[in-house]
Amino acid sequence: MDLKEWFASRQKRNETHLVKQPLTTEEYCALWTQCFQCRELLYTRDLRNNLHVCPKCQYHFRIGALQRIEQLTDPDTFEEIDPDLVSTDPLGFFDTDSYPNRQAEATRKSGLKEAIITGLCKIDSLKAALGVMDFGHFGGSMGSVVGEKVTRLTERAQEKKLPLILVSSSGGARMQEGILSLMQLAKTSSALKTFADEGLLYISILSEPTYGGVTASFAMLGDIIIAEPGARIGFAGRRVIEQTIKQKLPVDFQTAEYLMKNGQVDLVVERQALKETVARLIRFHQPPSPAPAFVERKDRKTVTTAKKS
Amino acid sequence: MDKKPVPLEFEQPLELLAQQIDALEKQLADHPELDRDIERLQKQYDQLRRSLYSKLRAIDHLAIARHPQRPYTRDYFQRWDACWIELHGDRKGADDPALVCGLLHMGAMRVVAVGTQKGRSLRDKQQCNFGMPQPEGYRKALRLFHHAEKFRLPVVTLIDTPGAYPGMTAEEHNQAEAIAVNLLELSGLTVPVIAVVTGEGGSGGALAIGVANRILMLEHSVYSVISPEGCASILWRSADKVSEACQAMKMTAREIMQLGIVDGVIDEPLGGAHHDYDVAAENAKRAIIQQLEELSKHSAEEIRRDRQNKFRRIGAFAEA
Repeated sequence: MDLKEWFASRQKRNETHLVKQPLTTEEYCALWTQCFQCRELLYTRDLRNNLHVCPKCQYHFRIGALQRIEQLTDPDTFEEIDPDLVSTDPLGFFDTDSYPNRQAEATRKSGLKEAIITGLCKIDSLKAALGVMDFGHFGGSMGSVVGEKVTRLTERAQEKKLPLILVSSSGGARMQEGILSLMQLAKTSSALKTFADEGLLYISILSEPTYGGVTASFAMLGDIIIAEPGARIGFAGRRVIEQTIKQKLPVDFQTAEYLMKNGQVDLVVERQALKETVARLIRFHQPPSPAPAFVERKDRKTVTTAKKS
Repeated sequence: MDKKPVPLEFEQPLELLAQQIDALEKQLADHPELDRDIERLQKQYDQLRRSLYSKLRAIDHLAIARHPQRPYTRDYFQRWDACWIELHGDRKGADDPALVCGLLHMGAMRVVAVGTQKGRSLRDKQQCNFGMPQPEGYRKALRLFHHAEKFRLPVVTLIDTPGAYPGMTAEEHNQAEAIAVNLLELSGLTVPVIAVVTGEGGSGGALAIGVANRILMLEHSVYSVISPEGCASILWRSADKVSEACQAMKMTAREIMQLGIVDGVIDEPLGGAHHDYDVAAENAKRAIIQQLEELSKHSAEEIRRDRQNKFRRIGAFAEA
């Protein structure tokens, strides 16, 4: 073999080596996930089986709407409503790109049409109306469609006398729809007012992250408010506050636990226990069906009379 | 207004002309022939002024809305009813000066009035957080909304705020909840509610007293989902794209009226409300009374449903 050939074969070997590279970054990331908190390298399948909670440090990863629905509802019971509601471009909004282009981009990334999925489902055999936001779509921002879907879901729940559960995860109102987005705060809150007047139960679940217009409307209006451990929840963002008060904020500022300490949420519930907790809360608030209630009361009476005598 | 209005940036050409006229007028005694020139310049001045104000950009409206001499809530209340009674405190531990509440007469009507206050002097401004209410302010307003409901009094709210205060204690005292509860409770009131955006309508902090049967805006006021500075820094990643952000968000009174959210635009004196407080207050009063008179014909239940329907309809979407 002369020198020329040797170089040629070496080059070839290098090329094939390139092709045979063990894994692309994307493939690698799909197989392994590093925990954001404890830096542990986790096998993605194990992580998925653990509901996307780090088995080592209990860090709760962000999850998409579809995964959340799968985790919360009984298998095959979720029926989506209003799946075809899509945004228009009412302002003709253009920043560095047009709003329709940004929507298309968001849909390509998330595979969803909008930042929320709503529907009817069963949770531990209990019927409920469920809406789940997805931060992966347009930062979970609330525009006209999210507002409309939440409102319609609330109305549907009211009509069918079902408990309402909303899982929030959002950066706030969607700037690209301007004032129309802001008005969705009023629209959803107004729908919840009529819903509340009917004496129905609304459980608000706050997941990482919930901010701005969503916190300042339906997310904070739950009869029961549950937060996921470590989730950051607030009205104004950390950076904005630091710039305003010109001070560093505590590390745990605006986390679920911090909110709990300040009396802003009822419960901080780990993801593994979330479905069960929601089911227990729904069951507790259901009006007791006539027969057992009667029996129970009668029992109690007999006990007291027995004591008296 | 005791002081001369401070000119804004876009008013500079006008200011130059005014200075020229001033200079000539000083020499008028010695040179009577200058009279003609002055007249000519004055005509030019009037023409320029009118044309300037007929084609304001969004950012010019913003500048007028934020003018340091713009009339604030207390200026309006004082002009509507010199004997108005201010009420204080949320009954839970604080009184936020950024949200002014009171009882006042408007013409023949008695109303519960609520409004954000920016503060005139530096000391005032600091106390009022530059017009950014704390949760306690919103809870004070909520208390007054319930007062209005109990005594069947209409509610008038004046909005002029950059937004709710983004501070550490504000978050700890649950700013978001304070706003959300106001939205919920306002939507359930059975007395008429009129909201008037008098200056800046900044996001959730403005809406928290803005869920009304009728929303009115002063001609040069603005109303937006986020401050144009915030929008520019998030979407353009640049602080000097504020003008573009103003334009893109469609935040001026007329544009929002076209979107069907605002029910009326109230005329301001030429050059903006700060040129004549009395005229601005009178125009606003007339518009509010007109709306209240119309609403007073309806029953309590109709009033509530009217407000809920108004917001139920808002939104732009398609069903594919």
